[in-house]
Amino acid sequence: MPLVETQTRDLAHDEEQEFVWTLNFGPQHPATHTTLRLVLKLEGERVIDAMPDIGYLHSGFEKIGEHLDYNQYVTVTDRMNYISPMANNVAWHCAVEKLLDLDVPPRCQYIRTIICELARISDHLLSTGAMGLDTGAFTFFLYAFNQREKIYDIFETLCGARFTNSYTRVGGVMHDATPLFVEKVREFVRTFPRTVEDMERLLNRNRIFVDRTKGVGVLSKVDAIGWSCSGPIARASGVTRDLRRDEPYLCYPDFDFKVCCMREGDCFARYLIRIAEIKESLKIVAQAIENLPEGPVNCEVGDRAHLPDKSQVYQTIEGCITHFELTMSNRGFEVPEEECYHATEAPNGELGFYLAGDSSDVAYRARCRPPSYIHFAVFPHLIKGHTLSDVVAVLGSLNIIAAELDR
Amino acid sequence: MQANDPDILWVEEPKLGLAGKLYLPLIAQGLTTTTRHLFSKKITVSYPDTEPEIANPLIYRGVHRLNRDEQGRVKCVACFLCATACPAHCIDIIGTESPWPDREKYPESFTIDELRCIYCGMCEEACPVDAIELTSLYNLTGRTREEMVFDKEKLLSVHDQTIDKEPMRSQGGATSQGGFP
Repeated sequence: MPLVETQTRDLAHDEEQEFVWTLNFGPQHPATHTTLRLVLKLEGERVIDAMPDIGYLHSGFEKIGEHLDYNQYVTVTDRMNYISPMANNVAWHCAVEKLLDLDVPPRCQYIRTIICELARISDHLLSTGAMGLDTGAFTFFLYAFNQREKIYDIFETLCGARFTNSYTRVGGVMHDATPLFVEKVREFVRTFPRTVEDMERLLNRNRIFVDRTKGVGVLSKVDAIGWSCSGPIARASGVTRDLRRDEPYLCYPDFDFKVCCMREGDCFARYLIRIAEIKESLKIVAQAIENLPEGPVNCEVGDRAHLPDKSQVYQTIEGCITHFELTMSNRGFEVPEEECYHATEAPNGELGFYLAGDSSDVAYRARCRPPSYIHFAVFPHLIKGHTLSDVVAVLGSLNIIAAELDR
Repeated sequence: MQANDPDILWVEEPKLGLAGKLYLPLIAQGLTTTTRHLFSKKITVSYPDTEPEIANPLIYRGVHRLNRDEQGRVKCVACFLCATACPAHCIDIIGTESPWPDREKYPESFTIDELRCIYCGMCEEACPVDAIELTSLYNLTGRTREEMVFDKEKLLSVHDQTIDKEPMRSQGGATSQGGFP
């Protein structure tokens, strides 16, 4: 496809001003959830054009990546998609380990898979909950949020923080999983299906919700591929692609789960896909927690990647030297002068990191491929011809996170 | 993946049926769901009166403390590893020659800007003598910015306040791979 010049449109001073009026939606609006701005061109109540305006939450995350080392940057990835920070942590360190050509022990991979899937559940709970909230179903949102609280509790047991987890490290994780964590995850697997049933009973056949979302914001399969959509939004349009199956990473090949797809491509389909994915993720968590392998969780001292255990630091000379060298800024990791891209299936879609190493322990370039950025570009295409009240339904179904979008 | 791949679950749209189109039966169904929740156990915590339960205080990432050794002196040896590992650059140490014979350096001043800190726990991981640790104190407040810059005395007082409930890692035997209780 040849590249065409982008049209720069000045919607506020358009010639058709007499018939058409302009509405600024956001950056401060309860239904945008974060600082998004949309300039809508309305004819009566019908949206005839929409222009997303981004950059209100630009924080220079990619530039910070050129100053913080591979372990420190994980704290920044927490703040990208802050409704599923664990998935971002894992995505970042999978990319770093690909650059360093490092294999992590199986126990670490299992723990990472569990937290990734728990993050997916919590992300989908919030995005479907917020979509319900925007279309008027408040109770639905509260049930979803109560279960999110349980997931926060699990994360707090695992890493000591509820929200900004910063859990993974190069070649391992921060703390090993404890029996208490395993017990809490088992309890969650046991009690959670009841909430999903409640949620489904409230909305799946609720005619008010169905009327507001069905047939709204239809994205065809061709368009979904053409706009490079990914994740639940692409799968709701019939694109059968899931990185967990197509390009397996971590230990996803070990588990038995299905990729949920639909052909309709409207807001209702995206809602149903998310609910179906919650159930599949729960299946993965249940299998992983029962088969959690024993053994070390972090790389060996000889790999010079993960800070050694404190007992090794105090008792062995190798441990002590590795500990100091890994922390000191000029003799940390041995990074090749290479580039790599690693993508993971984050709750929102394909979340990838492109890294350029320059043999120091700080990346030369740390580019992020955020799913929200690409999905927000599709928004004007989806909303054209619908009414103003459909804007919130479509925004809710796309689950745009501004912090991830603007980085 | 092909569309007929056995790993794909094609989700069906739920049928509305006559009950759905008539509104009322499903409104009744929704009301029974909410009514059941109305009479189930309360899930909220009335926060200032009842404190939330912290599952594992030893790994909780709250306010920092500076540990004391057996003789009550500051344990820190001013090696600057925590300040190097800190992604937010919130730790400021001035090291000087130690007055005690058993070590060379000690921190003359040790300040942590608690407002700048992001509570990631990397200082705790980097410390080679278990001197800096994160406690389970989470409700940190102050009226001025200056008040929130914790100096050595204040960090040592956090140690005195919390040491009974949260033993030091080296003494509690709890290390990152040894597993916590």
